[in-house]
Amino acid sequence: MIKPITFIVDGKEIRGREGQTILQAALEAGVYIPHLCFHPDLKPFGSCRVCTVMVNGRPAASCTTPIAEGMIVESSSERIREYRKILVEMLFVEGNHFCMVCEKSGNCELQALAYRLGITAPRFPYLFPKREVDASHPEVFIDRNRCVLCGRCVRASRDVDGKHVFDFAGRGPEKKVAVNSKGRLAETKLSSADKAVDICPVGAILKKGEAYMVPVGKRAFDRKPIGAEIEEKGTDLQS
Amino acid sequence: MAEKKSVERIAIHPVTRIEGHGKVTILLDENRKVKQARMHIVEFRGFERFVQGRPYWEVPVMVQRLCGICPVSHHLCAAKATDILVGGEKLTPTAEKMRRLMHYGQIFQSHALHFFHLASPDLLFGFDADPAVRNIIGVARKHKDLAVQGVMMRKYGQEVIKATAGKKIHGTGAIPGGINKNLSIRERDYLLEDIGKMIQWAKAAVDLARKYTEDHLEELKDFGTFPSNHLGIVREDGALDLYDGGLRTVDAEGNKIFDHIPVQRYLEFIAEEVRPWSYMKFPFIKSLGPEKGWYRVGPLSRINACDFIDTPLAEKERQDFMALTGGKPNNITMAYHWARMIEILHAAEKIQELLNDPDLQGTDLVVRGEPRREAMAVIEAPRGTLFHHYRINEEGLVTKANLIVSTTQNNEPMNRSVTKVAKDFMEGKDKIDEGILNRVEVAIRAYDPCLSCATHALGNMPLVVEARDESGRLLDSLRRD
Repeated sequence: MIKPITFIVDGKEIRGREGQTILQAALEAGVYIPHLCFHPDLKPFGSCRVCTVMVNGRPAASCTTPIAEGMIVESSSERIREYRKILVEMLFVEGNHFCMVCEKSGNCELQALAYRLGITAPRFPYLFPKREVDASHPEVFIDRNRCVLCGRCVRASRDVDGKHVFDFAGRGPEKKVAVNSKGRLAETKLSSADKAVDICPVGAILKKGEAYMVPVGKRAFDRKPIGAEIEEKGTDLQS
Repeated sequence: MAEKKSVERIAIHPVTRIEGHGKVTILLDENRKVKQARMHIVEFRGFERFVQGRPYWEVPVMVQRLCGICPVSHHLCAAKATDILVGGEKLTPTAEKMRRLMHYGQIFQSHALHFFHLASPDLLFGFDADPAVRNIIGVARKHKDLAVQGVMMRKYGQEVIKATAGKKIHGTGAIPGGINKNLSIRERDYLLEDIGKMIQWAKAAVDLARKYTEDHLEELKDFGTFPSNHLGIVREDGALDLYDGGLRTVDAEGNKIFDHIPVQRYLEFIAEEVRPWSYMKFPFIKSLGPEKGWYRVGPLSRINACDFIDTPLAEKERQDFMALTGGKPNNITMAYHWARMIEILHAAEKIQELLNDPDLQGTDLVVRGEPRREAMAVIEAPRGTLFHHYRINEEGLVTKANLIVSTTQNNEPMNRSVTKVAKDFMEGKDKIDEGILNRVEVAIRAYDPCLSCATHALGNMPLVVEARDESGRLLDSLRRD
């Protein structure tokens, strides 16, 4: 029998199960902790740090930290909110994110996080890196300008699709998502039906021919902010 | 003995109540004769360059960011080009009519903005009125009903755009091969509620512009005016068509220079000249050469170039407009305002016609066919004919883009109007007062230029005029905040 574990998030008691991470247990209980590289269908990766919380007074990524009995988690304090904001702002200035023309706008988790966290303009200087667009594949394209190196595509291709089309190459500012071929995306085994194509939180990996098909007003985050569905579930659980 | 005057340079910088950022310089020689008069665009945008390397399907959403006043024109013109790139240029009726509705909404709001907010202070108060009164606030104080109509008409046009493009400014409605939404019954009924009033107000605006022109004909017939060629697109039967058609040019007498030319052949008929002193190019009709081939675009040219208008109220107004010049093209620069209001009436009539068309509730929104690698498209933007030309590589990334915007085509005519006004009002005068400077701006404003589009910034626009001698020494200066 799986052992139940009780811990505290922002003063609220949450019941989880042994083996769950803080983020998993919180989401299941209807408590939204902002996150980006985490995806429920993939193994936790802990790369973006957006889900950082204070665990018993020390910062930790909630997506990789297992829950423990009596653990005290602080997720929505002023301090943590500010850390998160800084992290997301850094993601914006590190790449070339032009939401106003991006086809992912309205469906983009990075953009939605920025709105939720109240980011109006980044406080850091834009780096304007030179990044490549690979549109060689007939059905899919990569725009590395918008990549946040969350590794969702890497994990999905390797662990779900069993193809290992993507992996990281380079270090520091040079780090990028590379494709598993000598040339470009067209020469890989990628198919538009792959999980790796559907799982990008931003507009870095997209299917061709679907741009702007959903009108403004009907896109994922046009009506509700990111995390609202989780929180609604939490309200339902309480009532 | 009279002291010999030195050369004087007069700069109007920036020019006010236009869209974008420009300045005028006028050089008066020692005999107070106009040596040179030029309109400069002091901003640079460069969209043609930075769409390169981007996927073609982003272009309609990207290029509209050129401007916040008539982004729909760029959105739709680029979308028309991408239709060709995806082999979907034969749109479904729903898609074409939704786009037309968006476009007429755009013409309606943009013309309203220009006429009521930017131009009406000159027409209502006179060119020499106190600048403290000669502005939209002055209009709101003295002609409240008119100011309210201007605001409400602009709002109505923006609501039409929102219903078709998803947002009032910078929407995403037009996509390669079609449109991403139809018009819901709720949206239709909301827009139908006010259309009767809009047509009524548009008609009143035509009356106002017409009466102004007729009452001031003696003053206006020569004001910044000269004979010119005119370009506009027309439907197959010669009707005014703001969304699609063939290229037609007429000369100052109304003779056709070329007619029904599909935009795919525009390079055979139109070329662009570069001059070292301006970021803007100078387009001209190839067969006539750069000296004689320059032409005007916009409301005046469109009304001059078309054979008729296919909506009854606007057609009646067009006939009266053409009667003033005996059926020949009207070359009076200030008649742009009257022509513009005939178009606003036409746009309102078209919106009403479309709102009552059940095709707008259709669900067949997108067509795709054989892809292509190069596309040209044309549309009549509020300010005049707009060309977009793209080439893409085998992956769908843009390799070349050329945008010929209306203000660029009106570049030579605006410079001529500035020169004409400078000669008529400044020559021989010792003191150049504000009213004279405003006349230069009035002439430019008639064209409703959009300088943001033309060079690929809106802001606070104080006017500073400095008179300097040839060594650059400040002789006189005048400031208007």
